[in-house]
Amino acid sequence: MLPIARVRRLAAIAVASATALALTACGAKTGEESANAAATVDTSGDTIKVGLLNSLSGTMAISEVTVRDALMLAIEEINADGGVLGKQIEPISEDGASDWPTFAEKSEKLIQQDQVAAVFGCWTSASRKAVLPVFEQNGSLLFYPVQYEGLEQSPNIFYTGATTNQQIVPALDYLVEEGVESLYLVGSDYVFPRTANRIIRAYAEEHGIEIVGEDYAPLGSTEFSTIANKVEQAGADAVFNTLNGDSNVSFFSEYAATGLTAETMPVLSVSIAEEEVKSIGAENLEGQLTSWNYYQTTEGEANEEFVAAFQERYGADRPTSDPMEAAYTSVYLWAAMVEEAGSFEVEDVRAAADGITFEAPEGTVTVDGETQHIHKTARIGRIGADGLITEVWSSEEPIRPDPYLRDYDWAEGLS
Amino acid sequence: MTVILSQSFTGISIGAVLLLIALGLSLTFGQMGVINMAHGEFIMAGAYTVYVVQKSIDSAGTSLLISLPLAFLVAGAMGVLLEWLLIRRLYARPLDTLLVTWGVSLMLQQLARDIFGAPNVNAQAPSWLSGRITLVDGEHSLTLAHSRLFILGLAIAAVVALTLTLRRTSLGRRIRAVVQHRDLAEASGIATGRVDRITFFIGSGLAGLAGVALTLVGPIGPTMGTNIIIDAFLVIVVGGIGQLRGAVIAAFALGVLQAVMEYSTTVSVARVTVLVAIVAFLQWRPQGIYTLRTRSLA
Repeated sequence: MLPIARVRRLAAIAVASATALALTACGAKTGEESANAAATVDTSGDTIKVGLLNSLSGTMAISEVTVRDALMLAIEEINADGGVLGKQIEPISEDGASDWPTFAEKSEKLIQQDQVAAVFGCWTSASRKAVLPVFEQNGSLLFYPVQYEGLEQSPNIFYTGATTNQQIVPALDYLVEEGVESLYLVGSDYVFPRTANRIIRAYAEEHGIEIVGEDYAPLGSTEFSTIANKVEQAGADAVFNTLNGDSNVSFFSEYAATGLTAETMPVLSVSIAEEEVKSIGAENLEGQLTSWNYYQTTEGEANEEFVAAFQERYGADRPTSDPMEAAYTSVYLWAAMVEEAGSFEVEDVRAAADGITFEAPEGTVTVDGETQHIHKTARIGRIGADGLITEVWSSEEPIRPDPYLRDYDWAEGLS
Repeated sequence: MTVILSQSFTGISIGAVLLLIALGLSLTFGQMGVINMAHGEFIMAGAYTVYVVQKSIDSAGTSLLISLPLAFLVAGAMGVLLEWLLIRRLYARPLDTLLVTWGVSLMLQQLARDIFGAPNVNAQAPSWLSGRITLVDGEHSLTLAHSRLFILGLAIAAVVALTLTLRRTSLGRRIRAVVQHRDLAEASGIATGRVDRITFFIGSGLAGLAGVALTLVGPIGPTMGTNIIIDAFLVIVVGGIGQLRGAVIAAFALGVLQAVMEYSTTVSVARVTVLVAIVAFLQWRPQGIYTLRTRSLA
């Protein structure tokens, strides 16, 4: 038998090293704001360089690789059409590796070393917050293609995904219209779900919706039986789901296991698009609701062309999703801004941004120069057995972006 | 009432998962005193075995049943290789073992990333595990998912098999002899090196089994081992190092505590409470639930 003293020492070593291991996974980078210097853009060659910054490895790769694919498609199409200001676009792809300090490091490399005209990418709000000071200090431009929690407006970022009043608020409007009087909030434990739920609570208070529960699980968590039990016991009219990534797989299978269905208690999700439906499995999701600005099934000629081009380039089994569409659109918007400005310089591009429009797959989008967001149509969709999402409600008209929710009385005090 | 019952069941099923991932470790860490940080990657290897088998066999049910012995062999073989190549040279140096096996765990993670790709993958659950038993029907129903019952059954079967092997077979007798007094065992004619290897094979193989069970509750990914290994060590330390029954009690106690706290508070608070409870418990009983009774003077 091992002597007690040795046993205790072993135990201490084991616990200490396990803790150290857990801590290596954490890490944050903060930057300070500074005056905007204009970035140097290398315009000397026949080509113009742009940066693509996506996680090609790690837990976010499943989503971000699809965004990179959509960005590449847009660049190839623009190049085939003669490029921008007569120059071919030369993409430089960097791997953010699902690690926020790496995102900051790689964006610095793209701006200072490669002297790119603009960078396209980032997915999680954590990665965007990590690169934001880098872009502000260097005076460069980032095009961010994913829906997010709002309450941000950097002069160095163009937001081509939805802000809250183009996704979450319309989703709540829809639920109220459907007669929902109580909600259960489930989300991953980080900045986007927490901020989104603060906004939802403010909305609920104004519209007489009762929030019967609010639960967060760590990113990547797979143990959802307790949360599913709590949701079932609480008996809300609907669940508002801001879980991200793999956790959705476990959540929806536990949800189904407790006997809850889309008929008895629908779940409205804001981070599940076609690509995620495929990996979660449509059988656990059938009938559940989502809120986005674009679905693969969205009607219109521009979308038919986009889906056909994407599937021809990457394979017929590849779905298209909202963030991919927003990424694809962002490249075209940047190209149009550059053409309008007649220059690649960041200051000129930003000055030319207001009012730029593009016939995007989701419909006509317009850049709002003041907020640097774009006007987008909100769409509620229902997930079908085939894994595709069909629209059940839409705002008909593009909604003006309002990242700080200034037009909404109930949102006072949020920002 | 149904809440208490359903949460107890949730706690027991969390406990069963904890028990499965800690069982192999209770052998390699508890009995042999080897801190194997790559244990989590053996669990990952077991999980990927299910994925690979499912790629070649269409039926999810058959592939799960084939995966059980296969994952045991795959993870066991990796364990033996690790023991033979590295660990046996480091038996007297626990700290070095820790660093070496941690390095191995990083290499195995990268290997998995290169072979299977960085994104997580999912294994299909067989149809006979996707159903559930309804015990109480009504407004607040009490249901037991088949997959959870399967994991519980697997955990119990593994504990029973391990106990019988250690207590009743000549191999078990030799393992216990080497653990209790290596020199005396060697003097009595036991090939201690071979026994070490077999012990490590069984411990690592059990990690493979745990990996198969984990595919029923979550995705399979290169980093799944890292997330698990901490819980596994906690179970062993709380249970009392080298004590199988301690690990069983600790796993279920931690599972139920987690489930109850999670129900009454939030996931993060529950997690913190469990960790604080463990720290407090170890202050009071540093040797864990069960103490080794030994005549040695140390």
